[in-house]
Amino acid sequence: MSDTHTSESSGDVFDLSQFHGVFYEEAGENLTSMEALLLETDESNADDESLNAIFRCAHSIKGGAATFGFQDVADLTHVMETLLDRLRRRELAITSGMIDTLLESGDVLKHLLASRQSGTDAGIDCTELVARIGAFAHGTVAAAPAAVAVAPAAPVAASLTEAPAGAIASPVAAPLAPGERVLEIAIGPLDQPRFADNVVELFGEIPGLGTIEPTDDGKPDASQTRHFRVVSTVTDSDLLDLFSFHVSREQVSIREVGAATTAVAAPVAPQVAAPDPAQEADQTFGLFEDLPVPVAVEVRTPDAVVVAAPKAEAPRAADRAAPASANLESSTIRVPTEKVDQLINLVGEMVITQAMLAQTGRGLDAVVHQAMATALTDLERNTRLLQEAVMAIRMIPMTAVFNRFPRMLRDLSGRLGKKLELHTIGEDTELDKGLIEKITDPLTHLVRNSADHGIEMPADRIAAGKPEHGTVTLAAAHQGGSIVIEVRDDGRGLNRAKLLAKARERGLSVSDSMSDTEVYGLIFAPGFSTAAEVTDVSGRGVGMDVVKRNITSLGGSVEIDSVEGQGMRVSVRLPLTLAIMDGMSVGVADETYIVPLASVVESIHMTASDVKSVGGTGRVVEVRNEYLPLIRLDELFDVPRSVEHNGGIMIVVEAEGGRIALLVDDLIGQHQVVVKNLEANYRKVPGVSGATILGDGRVALILDVSWLIRRVRH
Amino acid sequence: MTSILAVDDSASMRQMVSFTLRSSGYDVIEAIDGQDALDKIGDRHVDLVLTDQNMPRMDGLTLIRELRCVDRFKRTPILMLTTESSDEMKQAGRAAGATGWMVKPFDPQRLLEIISKVLPN
Repeated sequence: MSDTHTSESSGDVFDLSQFHGVFYEEAGENLTSMEALLLETDESNADDESLNAIFRCAHSIKGGAATFGFQDVADLTHVMETLLDRLRRRELAITSGMIDTLLESGDVLKHLLASRQSGTDAGIDCTELVARIGAFAHGTVAAAPAAVAVAPAAPVAASLTEAPAGAIASPVAAPLAPGERVLEIAIGPLDQPRFADNVVELFGEIPGLGTIEPTDDGKPDASQTRHFRVVSTVTDSDLLDLFSFHVSREQVSIREVGAATTAVAAPVAPQVAAPDPAQEADQTFGLFEDLPVPVAVEVRTPDAVVVAAPKAEAPRAADRAAPASANLESSTIRVPTEKVDQLINLVGEMVITQAMLAQTGRGLDAVVHQAMATALTDLERNTRLLQEAVMAIRMIPMTAVFNRFPRMLRDLSGRLGKKLELHTIGEDTELDKGLIEKITDPLTHLVRNSADHGIEMPADRIAAGKPEHGTVTLAAAHQGGSIVIEVRDDGRGLNRAKLLAKARERGLSVSDSMSDTEVYGLIFAPGFSTAAEVTDVSGRGVGMDVVKRNITSLGGSVEIDSVEGQGMRVSVRLPLTLAIMDGMSVGVADETYIVPLASVVESIHMTASDVKSVGGTGRVVEVRNEYLPLIRLDELFDVPRSVEHNGGIMIVVEAEGGRIALLVDDLIGQHQVVVKNLEANYRKVPGVSGATILGDGRVALILDVSWLIRRVRH
Repeated sequence: MTSILAVDDSASMRQMVSFTLRSSGYDVIEAIDGQDALDKIGDRHVDLVLTDQNMPRMDGLTLIRELRCVDRFKRTPILMLTTESSDEMKQAGRAAGATGWMVKPFDPQRLLEIISKVLPN
């Protein structure tokens, strides 16, 4: 059996594990494309191109898995491939049951591959799934998928799907039906002969499998091997798949002794043959001189092997010209993420060095050192361009996130009994890879929330004069240095009165004079849920607050807009990258701190008399008729002072819907800073989200404004 | 140096085949499908072609037919690497002009043995 040729037999000469990484990535991509293609597949009118492309995905995974010795993956993709092959040849019509099962198989494959990759045991038993796909592939499933194994049916001599009506014939005496082959199958050595009986029973249970009869009087030979003669249209590998429920593949040897032709088929005398190792090896390779010439001819007795003359090469869809999504891999290179991160780090260092040089350069006489000044200007420009180019490497299109939603909505439609459509806009918009990974969960939650709580049941929608299908729209676009991702739905929208009532019930402080935006923002409050009943889709309303916290921790913000009865829109605004940030540097005694520019509202000169004490330790300051809590950065960070500093500058910052004032000595300036992770290089410091290196080589801490605001609240 | 054209749309298979061949001293031209193979060979000399069957844009059989139309490829050994060993596939390969076939999966050692059998001395 060819499957026995895996990497293991030559592992000492060639270490195939070095290709596993590429295989995992490739398999992951194939699974993603397969899922997308399956979701696009129109059951009533599936096009050749898609079916071929889906087939190729399964085929490619199978080839790699078998080569690298991932037997479970290879086995599952093998039956998928068998089904897909029949679908693309139009021997079977695709059904939604098949699509669901293939999607499910994709999920199982993802798990199998992930556990292979992490070196853990997936603990997944694919037997039932393999049988279910096998049943589809052999055309033995009408509607109920699990019926195969349990329904004992009378043996049917000819294939139900391939034999023309009326061609059902006794396999022994009568000529073979088209596609039928006569096989000699040896099963053994067996510890228990009854395992072979189980295989015989398979032929009774699965209609269309063909017929089997013992050629050994029902007794195993000296090597505990049983021998059978089988007439079947099913391929060797499919037979092996089915047999492998009862006996291992290595115990089965299949030898073809006759095949049907359109002209004549001589029934062959059964011949008991022990598997010949040499012959077995040759099944994996051959030169065409060895093949029977393509004319019906007797090769050797007693095995009258007759082969059909080759058909004229009708161009199949696979042979036809370029599909839309031509493989562009040859123009790209695959690089591990660490290499890119290292590059970004180095560029970050270079930006800092350049800033140092620029600072030193400012002290030079521009007339005397004109050439130097020009070179420094060039360096600054080139550094900026280099930085942009390097950052662009990490940018990947939003497609990476949006891709998962068609599948999710399809599943949700089924579970919620709603009709859902997904529209995506701007999936080409690019975002930093790190951010893409982190925004996926919050977006998933928002989409799920829209589908579950936003979109009404079909009957309610019709009653409200809306189309039966609810639409969830995902839109991404660049706006300045940010990306804005919107999740919109045309569902019932938010009800202001309901939200306020709920908030009061939850003990939140609200008033009727609150603006709509503030009221809608309540759904981000911890423990707040407006759905009348808790569902297993969106859970218990814990989550929207987590969504907001996650987005805020990425330096982003989230806003809700809604029109009751018409739907709602959640806009998520994120910085394009986490590696560089616009900051305002402020001086406190001899220290410099960076305040993220996005959270700065205004800065005001103040004197000590503006500050009012409340409750002993707390201090507030009045800004435009509003009292804001005041934090003195020198006290917060325990900055040593040689001289007492009175007055200073107050910076009003905003985050998480709250405002506070920070007291600093000076405003130094605004500039882009390269964010360094403090946690990775030192340890987590409360109130500090990271650090950067200034032009003069000193380290400046970047303030975590959200943390400061939360600290004041509690 | 003996030059081998290896055509497969799967990057992992391609890398495995190339690595095996290169570590045995062969020069390898890699291509991701039939079309890419035709684009890449140009007027380069090729001693042996290994091609997968199922590939986007241009499959293995079409590639073999295309190559056999070119004078200098009339006698070049072409092996089809296939996961199917059905007679139908073999006959189609033979009709297209392939020299032989090899069933995937195979291990590197086996690939080298077969190549040494097929390559003209």
